[in-house]
Amino acid sequence: MKDSNRIIGASLPRPDARRLAAGRGTFTDDIILPRMVHMALVRSPYAHAMIKSIDTRKATKAEGVVRVITGEDLADICSPFIAGIEFLPNMISPPQYALAPTEAAWQGEAVCAILAESRALAEDAAQLVLVEWEELPAVVDPVAALKPDSPLVHSGLESNLVMTLPRAEGDTEAAFAEAAVVVEHSFEFGRQSGLALETRSVIADFEPAGRRLTVYQSHQTPYQMQDVYARHLGLDEHQVRVIVKDVGGAFGLKLHAYPDEMAAVAASVLLGRPVKYIADRQESFASDIHAREMTAAGRLAVNGEGNILGVEVDVLSAVGAYSVYPRTSVGEGIQAVQFTGAPYRLPAFKGRVRVVYQNKTPTGAYRAVGQPIGCVVIEQLLDLAAAELNLDQAEIRRRNNLGPADLPLKAAGGLEIEDVSLDACLTALLNKMDYEKLRRDQDEARRQGLCRGIGLATFVEQTAVGAGLYGPAGARISAQEGCSLRLEPSGLVRCATSATDQGQGTLTGIQQVVAETLGVKFDAVTTEDGDGGSTPYGGGSWASRGLSVGGEAARLAAIDLRRKILGAAAAISQETPDNLTLSGGEIFSDGKSLMALSELARIVHFRQDTLPSDVDCEMNVTRHFLPRKFPYFMANGIQASYLEVDLGTGAIKLLDHWVVEDCGLVVNPLLVDEQLRGGIVQGLGAVLYEHCLYDSSGQILTASLADYAVPLASEMPDIHVVHVENPTSGTGLGAKGAGEAGTLGAPAAVWCAVNDALRPLGAQVWKQPFTAAHIIEALRSANCPQEASELFEN
Amino acid sequence: MVETVSIRLTVNGAEVSKEVEPRQHLTDFLRNELGLTGSHIGCEHGVCGACSVRVDGRVVRGCLMLATQADGAAVETIEGIVESSEAADLAEAFIGRNALQCGFCTPGMMLTAAELLAEGKPLDRAGIRQELSGNICRCTGYQAIVDAVESVLVKKTGEV
Repeated sequence: MKDSNRIIGASLPRPDARRLAAGRGTFTDDIILPRMVHMALVRSPYAHAMIKSIDTRKATKAEGVVRVITGEDLADICSPFIAGIEFLPNMISPPQYALAPTEAAWQGEAVCAILAESRALAEDAAQLVLVEWEELPAVVDPVAALKPDSPLVHSGLESNLVMTLPRAEGDTEAAFAEAAVVVEHSFEFGRQSGLALETRSVIADFEPAGRRLTVYQSHQTPYQMQDVYARHLGLDEHQVRVIVKDVGGAFGLKLHAYPDEMAAVAASVLLGRPVKYIADRQESFASDIHAREMTAAGRLAVNGEGNILGVEVDVLSAVGAYSVYPRTSVGEGIQAVQFTGAPYRLPAFKGRVRVVYQNKTPTGAYRAVGQPIGCVVIEQLLDLAAAELNLDQAEIRRRNNLGPADLPLKAAGGLEIEDVSLDACLTALLNKMDYEKLRRDQDEARRQGLCRGIGLATFVEQTAVGAGLYGPAGARISAQEGCSLRLEPSGLVRCATSATDQGQGTLTGIQQVVAETLGVKFDAVTTEDGDGGSTPYGGGSWASRGLSVGGEAARLAAIDLRRKILGAAAAISQETPDNLTLSGGEIFSDGKSLMALSELARIVHFRQDTLPSDVDCEMNVTRHFLPRKFPYFMANGIQASYLEVDLGTGAIKLLDHWVVEDCGLVVNPLLVDEQLRGGIVQGLGAVLYEHCLYDSSGQILTASLADYAVPLASEMPDIHVVHVENPTSGTGLGAKGAGEAGTLGAPAAVWCAVNDALRPLGAQVWKQPFTAAHIIEALRSANCPQEASELFEN
Repeated sequence: MVETVSIRLTVNGAEVSKEVEPRQHLTDFLRNELGLTGSHIGCEHGVCGACSVRVDGRVVRGCLMLATQADGAAVETIEGIVESSEAADLAEAFIGRNALQCGFCTPGMMLTAAELLAEGKPLDRAGIRQELSGNICRCTGYQAIVDAVESVLVKKTGEV
């Protein structure tokens, strides 16, 4: 059991929350700078068009307008983005401009910027810009995009194929030949928006005399953006400072370099005055990265006991008009393949991903990148196989779960898995949900004519990614996180971290790690993040690294500061440091109080004259941590959904939901539980509601919150959370990430539950989101399940 | 030049007189003219609820109301209801239960919750969820918010 005096492991509320709950947050749009102008954009009304000319004369003369800028104006000061991968030399990535100079490749691509005294005046003037367009054929359907006679997404391309990546391990042909049961299916995944409630926001402030650029931006990584702005604007990196204040949701979508934000920064360089750009909601739907649009065909071979013999998966990932800078848009498809079957023993694996451009909004990393797709594919195939074998769904998972004897493992799909607790999580889940009883309830409901289903979804979750991902790709993104600690003269401690917090509670967790490791009270530490110019250099926040990597850097820094403190205390008291301890802000010698930390702090800051000259009075420490022992920390868990399908209306009612998660050491259960719940609800949104719809000419049809449905309080169930704690040996702290888990596993749990409900009717769903129309369609096409007939063709 | 209109109103109890553009909505007025940035703009089409403020005792969408329509009205914002201690219990419950993450929806969510609490009707969890369904939260998954509101409601009504 946990010691009640421990700070690590305690459910402490976030100190930040007090400010935010009082309406005293500082989001980027809350900041006003002297002489600031506001930017509005003219965006392409077509999915694909050439820009014949842009007439800005009337707009330039409009009230309040300071300047009107087109791509031509930026050609000399701002170089385009090209997001390729160095080890995939055949990957095609056309240049992306802050303002498209000659050709627009998606509806919403910006072509002209108006800078005016207010956003309203800038929008007025935007309507006076006359663009002469020549509409070109739009490529929307990903399958059609691959045909040799398809129109091209960009006129400069030779084909719309971004890249293809095959993977084979073991003999799948033999596996399928000897299988007792082979099942196959195709699945479709709708395009989604990450949808942060605070839209993308940036204020750029270029000071031309000293050529210094300060950017306030709602973003996950100020370090990456400093590099991007310096290189693409020809500025010195140490003169560029990106400051991230409060961020109103990010979820991966605020991880990228966006051309419109680049346009605002470039405009500030041109004008020599601050420029604010706040995307409105309609712009957000058309220009925030989208995600998940994919078709996946899978085939599974099992023996008579339900043990997996082989898996095949073929993914077609449609990524929109560009590969998003600087992390590219291919990760989703690659991870969808890699994570198909990742929690299970796979003797043979064959996979392929093809990534294709289309004239739609570019896609990029959104929470759990590709992993939910791989999870859906394998969990569906397992349930199909279980049904053929008349095996229980929990039992087939237990028979295939990776266990201690299999680990550590370089999995057939390509992932490295050090240590997972899949059986323990499965057992904990079945106990928590009282699985047997729930099955009886389901049978009883069925007798009463209610169509209910139970779905299980096992997952492994890639967190705390190290240097192996972006380094070899040539992307300038740090995998190392840093922490600086400074002892104030009052004995309180300031902590500055490279990890960034968008509400997850990373700063609170780091504060807990510092306080406990150092031996001071929780409130004796404050933690700051987000100032790319003054915090230690690092990666920021992506792929659940804040506490797992940033927390370890904080632990190392606290150990070092403690050593310094005890060294100085030993010199002051003429003791040996080994006899001293620091606890609760007080220094003890063999258990006897020697002095308060505040007293030591006063002496090392102001009375160095009283100390021998060799006493170290520098009470600043900076440490970094890079995951090296493993390429990433693989967290794992399982989710379950219980739901009811209305066969008349096609409506789905969520009755209950469970998650068991092993994210290693849990630093703060209160915060981790809500990360999981919030993530699950995003996953439930994905599988039930969220869909960016386009028409056949590439016009987005869901550009408002009235059209794009997200989960609301009344539709969501309470969610039961259980932890299995299996600390990683990759750090002294032992925490893995937990931010992806909910979003990763929730869709598959609902897929399995809906199909469990429909299976007695001979029907199954095959595309998310599960609209009422799709449920009805699935019921009408009962007994003719979609086959994965096109697997690996073409 | 754009024409302006004179308005007089009270905001968080203080009298305010301003010249405003007829097209300026109430949230832009509060944020840009008065510096009350606790009301947030999430969609500007009345769906997300982040801009919720109280006008003459009722919670409304600040983005769907023009500043000129608030002429003569009493407007209360998140800053006001927290400072006046009306929402002190609610704020403590939100903080203690971690019912907010990024905090962007929180001011609107708290105004909606405060209205529900002021009505003083006992509500079960499903009822609370129904009442909060006009405010989108993208981070929490809502459960902690329901817990926080429920805990204050139970204290207030003495019923579960």
